[in-house]
Amino acid sequence: MEALKNDSISTIVDGKRVIVKKPELLAPAGTLEKLKIAVRYGADAVYIGGQEYGLRSNAGNFTFDEMKEGVEFARQYGAKVYVTTNIFAHNENIDGLEDYLRGLGEVGVNGIIVADPLIIETCRRVAPNVEVHLSTQQSLSNWRAVQYWKEEGLDRVVLARETTGEEMRLMKEKVDIEIETFIHGAMCIAYSGRCVLSNHMTARDSNRGGCCQSCRWDYNLVEMEDGIESAITQEGDSPFAMSPKDLRLVQSIPGMIELGIDSLKIEGRMKSIHYIATVVSVYRKVIDAYCADPENFKIQPEWLEELEKCANRPAAPAFFEGTPGADEQLFGVHGKKASHDFTGLVVDYDEDTQIVTLQQRNFFRPGDTVEFFGPNMDTFTQVVGTVVDEDGNELDAARHPLQIVQFKVDRPVSKDDMMRKGL
Amino acid sequence: MKKPELLVTPGSVNEIERQIEAGADAFIIGEQRYGLRLAGEFSREEIKEAVTLAHEHGKKVYVAVNAIFHNKIADELDEYVQFVKEAGADAIVFGDPAVLMAVRAAAPGFSLHWSPETIATNWYTANYWGKRGAVRAVLARELSMDAVIETKENAEVAIEVQVHGMTCMFQSKRPLLGHYFEYMGKNMEIEKRQGAQNMLLHDEERNNKYPIYEDQNGTHIMSPNDMCIIDELQDMIEAEIDSFKIDGVLQTEDYRVAVTKLYRKAIDLCVENPDQYEEEKEALLEAAEALQQDHRPLDSGFFFKETVY
Repeated sequence: MEALKNDSISTIVDGKRVIVKKPELLAPAGTLEKLKIAVRYGADAVYIGGQEYGLRSNAGNFTFDEMKEGVEFARQYGAKVYVTTNIFAHNENIDGLEDYLRGLGEVGVNGIIVADPLIIETCRRVAPNVEVHLSTQQSLSNWRAVQYWKEEGLDRVVLARETTGEEMRLMKEKVDIEIETFIHGAMCIAYSGRCVLSNHMTARDSNRGGCCQSCRWDYNLVEMEDGIESAITQEGDSPFAMSPKDLRLVQSIPGMIELGIDSLKIEGRMKSIHYIATVVSVYRKVIDAYCADPENFKIQPEWLEELEKCANRPAAPAFFEGTPGADEQLFGVHGKKASHDFTGLVVDYDEDTQIVTLQQRNFFRPGDTVEFFGPNMDTFTQVVGTVVDEDGNELDAARHPLQIVQFKVDRPVSKDDMMRKGL
Repeated sequence: MKKPELLVTPGSVNEIERQIEAGADAFIIGEQRYGLRLAGEFSREEIKEAVTLAHEHGKKVYVAVNAIFHNKIADELDEYVQFVKEAGADAIVFGDPAVLMAVRAAAPGFSLHWSPETIATNWYTANYWGKRGAVRAVLARELSMDAVIETKENAEVAIEVQVHGMTCMFQSKRPLLGHYFEYMGKNMEIEKRQGAQNMLLHDEERNNKYPIYEDQNGTHIMSPNDMCIIDELQDMIEAEIDSFKIDGVLQTEDYRVAVTKLYRKAIDLCVENPDQYEEEKEALLEAAEALQQDHRPLDSGFFFKETVY
């Protein structure tokens, strides 16, 4: 993709072009544990949900105390915290909104991600220090609407997932506002905010966090002619499906950086710490590698392999590279298993004895080949030797979730590194 | 008591004549390049004809410019809203703020109806758009009647609600029918079914059939039932809701005209002779039921239904 005519994106150092406008890497954090992992693994910012007004009523969601701890933790790493406040409110949600937003201001979050002008205006009034970012729920897909929100004083807009790279270029040229866009994770097949399948099918309000994902279900296609119905989906055919593949834009990161996109967003507040650690660390490497030496940048195969280790659906580059075709949807399948299981989180490591203390996250046993990875180490594999529990009893397998176990590792590891096992 | 406007969606200029006779007060028309899920396509010439015809009879015409726009068409909006103004239409129906920007630039002061469908869910936000130029808010169909009335009580703009017809549940930018046929290796079907409006998604578990069709704006999936509250108009008339809409997308002209007649009668009775309305409302509902196709039962939408989240 041709670079935006903007000198502020890169400069020449010792005859070599380097990127000076590095985009923010923004990661989801459904819980405090996930927030810490995301920041430790290289996110520049995280977005979290509070107890109300967010769109994942089933995510962990933070209390104000947890937010405070999260903000303090993130600040030590120079990372920012945004709070999703992106429901479309009903009248009954107006009561309590002021207190909630004031609370966010007091906790010190950097910004909120908002769809409803009710919440935008209320935030301005009661928590003026909190930045306001327009949510993708507003389906923002043209430069004039971007101009509108700029004039309304918003600090940043998150574009509709349906926006292509070429469209983003024009937005950036025409309007001076921060742009955030999705780079990885699950997609809505509908324009976000414009789907109420869930309301009709299960009486759960999709635009207030109740989405039941009806777009992932199977349907039969029929035709109605003069009151007579005939099946288009025949016996033995794959049913009609409209399930999108997940977004994966590793190969488009250079293009986004050259366009001057301000924030690159990973979807998934409901995802595991293993998923977050894996995806964040890959994109961290991609962004850093490109910015350091854009002319010699190459996508490394191991980055893509790494993403496969936690992927639960096939992936596609939907919309940034152009309108997606049939091959960017899932037919006849509902997903796939990731290539690896997350089997343990490092709690401690003893340099003298080379013993790792691990919190078990999935079944493993002596003799298994496992892989350790973390934010400050090179990934390595090894065979698990003798495993003992906290009391020193030898185990034939680590089969209890969250059980603390110990064994000897070949190379040093540190707290919050992870262990996974190929399937 | 004030009579609410009876707003309908004609498929053609000819239909407007019949609809005026049937008792409609106002019309939403437009073309799919700019408007969403219309009952018919109106060229610019036809929009002018429609305005002339409607105004001769003291009726109003609102032009739908309520698509979700991408850059390309967003650049055409100045010219289009200017045309709508010069054609003499009474208002522009919009959801995308790009239209507000275009009206400010090319048709300042022209009446705007804010109608983003699913996301018009509270009175504060209705008033927000009012402060930015909208004179009317068209509420989401997913609200309860209590919420509609509370919104009206707090609104500084006129309030429009749909009282009859199908509602859109889903809009995707992707051509989902075309993609399914492509996956199935039925490339012939894509051609054959271009613009087809007779396809349904069958949800076996709920035994519902959802109309699905594609156009320039993507793929649309519609509700399995038609909402109808012809027997429950009283509270909203008393609350002085400003406009009742019958959405006739994917229906026949005869169906739309027949429904308009029934609502004309219901509104007039309810305002002029409430006791008589009480007596006749069951019969009105039965008359509406008699117009339905077998696979499309009537229901009361979300007016009396609780949603959770």
